[in-house]
Amino acid sequence: MASAEKVVTPRRSEAQPAFTLARCVGWLDQHPAVGISAILVVMPFIIPQKTLASEILIFVLLAASYNLLLGYTGLLSLGHSTVFGLGAYAAAILLAKTEMVSLWLALLVGGVVPGLAAVVIGWFSLRRRLLYFAMLTLAFNQMVYYAMQQARGLTGGDDGLRGVVIPPFELPGVSFSIDSLQHPYAFYYVACGIVILCLFFIQRVIHSPLGHALEAIRESEERAQMIGYHTNRLQLLAFVLASMLAGLSGALFAISHGFVALESLGLLVALVCIVMTVLGGKGTFVGPFVGAALYLMLQEYTSRVWANWQLLLGVLFILLVLFLPQGVWGTFKRWYYERRGQGTRVTDQRAEAVGEEVVDA
Amino acid sequence: MPRKEGSSSTVQGAATPATVLSRDPDGQPILRVDRLTKHFGGLKAVDDVSLSVREGSLHAIIGPNGAGKTTLFNLISGRFPPTSGKVFFRGRDITNSPQHAIAHLGIARSYQITTVFLQLPVFENIRVAAQATQSQYNFWGSAHSLREANERTDEVLEIIGLSQKRAVLAAQLSHAEQRQLDVGIALASRPVLLLLDEPTAGMSPAETEQLMQFIQELAREVSVVLIEHKIKLVMAVSDRVTVLNFGNVLAEGSPEQVQSDPRVQAAYLVGAV
Repeated sequence: MASAEKVVTPRRSEAQPAFTLARCVGWLDQHPAVGISAILVVMPFIIPQKTLASEILIFVLLAASYNLLLGYTGLLSLGHSTVFGLGAYAAAILLAKTEMVSLWLALLVGGVVPGLAAVVIGWFSLRRRLLYFAMLTLAFNQMVYYAMQQARGLTGGDDGLRGVVIPPFELPGVSFSIDSLQHPYAFYYVACGIVILCLFFIQRVIHSPLGHALEAIRESEERAQMIGYHTNRLQLLAFVLASMLAGLSGALFAISHGFVALESLGLLVALVCIVMTVLGGKGTFVGPFVGAALYLMLQEYTSRVWANWQLLLGVLFILLVLFLPQGVWGTFKRWYYERRGQGTRVTDQRAEAVGEEVVDA
Repeated sequence: MPRKEGSSSTVQGAATPATVLSRDPDGQPILRVDRLTKHFGGLKAVDDVSLSVREGSLHAIIGPNGAGKTTLFNLISGRFPPTSGKVFFRGRDITNSPQHAIAHLGIARSYQITTVFLQLPVFENIRVAAQATQSQYNFWGSAHSLREANERTDEVLEIIGLSQKRAVLAAQLSHAEQRQLDVGIALASRPVLLLLDEPTAGMSPAETEQLMQFIQELAREVSVVLIEHKIKLVMAVSDRVTVLNFGNVLAEGSPEQVQSDPRVQAAYLVGAV
């Protein structure tokens, strides 16, 4: 009798509105790349400052690439600006110093040059772990920084590289300028398309056999090795992939500014990568997006109301790290899954394989 | 690299009949350790240890704490190289093979200190282990469409009795369940030689008994080397027992022989109070 009663009574008696915060969080967690892409597409209409929107776009890609290392592979690199800056310089040098003014070629060198550098940097740095790995990436960052500073003829040294020609967007049958002086939204939407492609690529990597192996390595490298993973080689592969994506964001950065500052290779950019990733929630797909957007918007808006905005930002970060160590998105996500009675962190497609009970809302 | 078949007729089997019955006590050695030595500074953790494990047997390695049991496993599994001596798997020298390569030969191990992927669901813990021998570098395909790995995962979850907990994070399992998962990860790759490092550590007597029964069943299909601290536990289930003490082999033989050996009794009176 008791069991019959149970069947009649629905588990959730309260009627739920169709559109709640929980549902948005759940949906975005299930379809992160689609959701973020949609937000990026409408962002210029939400954020009035065009340059801020472009900046968020580029840093979303940079933070997402860093998340592949810190969040998924568990590698704390202090040299992500090395590959970001190399991508920016590679694209800028091509556009400023040669006759080959092509967007696609600039993006290609912007991805390939940092990728090759990452093979060398990773090969050495991955001999060590944790703090020592971080120190090695830092050492390479300093070496590249000073090398680029000294190579004045090529890079402009301390003054930065000026005169980057903004290439037109060219595909068979289509050709238009992406100079923001001529078309305010042209660059944004071209870059948006590229970033979206990269986000889908990252999503694929995360759900691939490699992506799952990387997460296993993050959890226990010893065990991952013992079950047959060549952990060093897999980490190097992740390092190179992340560096190529960071290089692409660097190339976009160079094109959007028409200029590359030496500081794009600096330690500050490397730290910003860490802050954005942790702020949003490392190891989650949406985290770096939330982190990058939040960081840049806070920077923009607090600097307007108060000259000492960095103080405010500092306080905010301290509070976030102390009270939301899983980051803004990580906390949302946890709240969502705990609310549904699963204390587990089961992400998107993984849920389908784990069991229907998880997907079923 | 030509891979040697593990058939019994090829490997030094002149004296014994070449039978491959799974519980044949005279089977060929699947694992042979030859004068293995490991020094950590001045400490001889493993000192001139030789032993051989027959195909299809359950071989227990017992000894007091600090006898060098886990170090021996670390040497066999390639976690670090020995100071001297050799390890042969099915007649093939694997002494300096890296850990990941040893896994591909069909050797798997579990850990005394539970080593699972804590922030991954139970299902994924097993699945990623089943995947390792199939696909590592593929960054384009979908991990969850590797059917073989999925099927093996379901099988292993069934075997270790964690099917109901598949969606739970490993970190949220009880201690005993984590120990089961630790063994499950080792099983996922369908090993032919299973090295179990004190699988019952920290378990209640009832849980221990259940697990020992389970290990006995496992040993019908794969060769098992079992490290145990509790001597009584292994006597009933093992085909052969090696006793280590201070890095040396103190005695080796059938459970009965070992149990009645006065040196073993003395070591246990001194070492395992």
